[in-house]
Amino acid sequence: MAAGLRLLGFAWLMHVKMMSRSAFDGLLAILWPLFFATVAFFMFRTGHGHSALGPIGLAAAVMGIWTATSVPASSALQRERWFGTLELLVVAPSNFALILLPITIAASTIGLYCVAGTLLWSRFLFGIHLTVVHPLFFALGLFASVVTIGSLGFLMAVSFVRSRRAWSIGAVLEYPIWLVCGFLVPVSLLPAWVRPISWALGPTWGMRAIREAAYGGAPLVPLLVCLALAGVYLALGVVMLRFFLDAARKHATLSLA
Amino acid sequence: MKSLRIFFLGGLMSYRALFSFMSPAVFIPTLIVTPIFQILLFAYIGRAANARSDEFYVVGNAMQYAAVPCLFAMTQTIAGERFQQTLGYILVSPAGRLPLFLGRSLPVILNGFFVAGFSLIVGGLLLGVTFPVSSLLPLALVVLVASLSCTGLGLINAGLGLRIRETSVLSNILVGILLIFCGANVAISSLPHWMAQISSWLPLTHAIEAARTVADGSSLTSVQGLIGRELGVGVLYAVAGLAIIRFFETQSRRHASLGIA
Repeated sequence: MAAGLRLLGFAWLMHVKMMSRSAFDGLLAILWPLFFATVAFFMFRTGHGHSALGPIGLAAAVMGIWTATSVPASSALQRERWFGTLELLVVAPSNFALILLPITIAASTIGLYCVAGTLLWSRFLFGIHLTVVHPLFFALGLFASVVTIGSLGFLMAVSFVRSRRAWSIGAVLEYPIWLVCGFLVPVSLLPAWVRPISWALGPTWGMRAIREAAYGGAPLVPLLVCLALAGVYLALGVVMLRFFLDAARKHATLSLA
Repeated sequence: MKSLRIFFLGGLMSYRALFSFMSPAVFIPTLIVTPIFQILLFAYIGRAANARSDEFYVVGNAMQYAAVPCLFAMTQTIAGERFQQTLGYILVSPAGRLPLFLGRSLPVILNGFFVAGFSLIVGGLLLGVTFPVSSLLPLALVVLVASLSCTGLGLINAGLGLRIRETSVLSNILVGILLIFCGANVAISSLPHWMAQISSWLPLTHAIEAARTVADGSSLTSVQGLIGRELGVGVLYAVAGLAIIRFFETQSRRHASLGIA
């Protein structure tokens, strides 16, 4: 148990350091949601005036956690293939899930840079002041969002293990998650058949918890649902990973060469 | 004759060889599905913000998405030579630079036209936006001009790609700048004055305005000024792009830095 936690911690730290220095995973992950946040600010200012911008700034900030995760997480295994380290990691005595999970959690952690960047951007360029009513729950909401998005990224990484172009699947999922999870658009505005999909996604509940914490609602329930969904994604990912690794060993297809 | 061969055949071969998005596993998610979701995202944000009609976002985002294939493809088909370590062979060849590099832009323009046109049609169908039949041909022309001017910006990006390592980051940043400035989701009149000033010098701005005008049923002649300005901006960027490519070629010969990636 202690060895597993130690591996998780060190691998997470190592990947955060590496991604922070990458122009694509670090710099672009911070800048990309800022473009969308800026457009959203202008759109809402046109429609509802300046008073509507507070929740939009917060939502645009949390969107960045998903941006930072979707492509790096979905292509995590492919990247190890390119580096030539996938086989070494798979045959290592440690459970492979403990090696893969820190990569996706590190990617979602990079999203915290984006949260900070977007909040500063909205504060200094658009004059949006964010006053948090429950700071502790706000911090817990951010933590839960990072964990649930990282876990969703873990499930994606495992699901796309057989694809050489996994990054493109991650890229295509960026906008749908922004849309379905109710970051900028209330879920009630979407077609009725979309709502169950929204409820099954952790970021929906993470965003709800952060919003409730910031504006004085009841953040506990969404926070717990968010963490529970992270557990579901992890459990599913671990089971699928075992299945895929067994199949890859049996058919000698791990490298996809 | 040789220049024509280089322009058409060489351009097509380079495009097929170097533009990595041509694989269906990448092309379909990134250039077919993603623009549709971008349209849906902004149309729903527009509804939530009570800002503009769905048509505004369908036209704006379909046209804006032409920037993605044009910027990425143009960069990959020229700067990609450096990553494939074939740039040296290309540059020591006696082939004229104009047909060599401009030929690569022709498939890029056509692809940009296809992506924007497809997004316009499917995005419109999904959101129930209809265009008058009389506006279809003028719309197609405007989309083609938009793709051409984006490819001009792509040539600048490609030139910078001969020196800058992170070409995909640069392309994404340019796409993001266009998203804010070119009026795809926010009318130019709603932008601060200094932003509106910049937007008139960017590709897509005039084309999006022209597309919205013809989509509302106006004739092509009523937007000929906008189309002319969009073409002018595109040609300006293309000339600048070719000059940058030439400059970095000369620099790389002088400093023996050609293959440094």
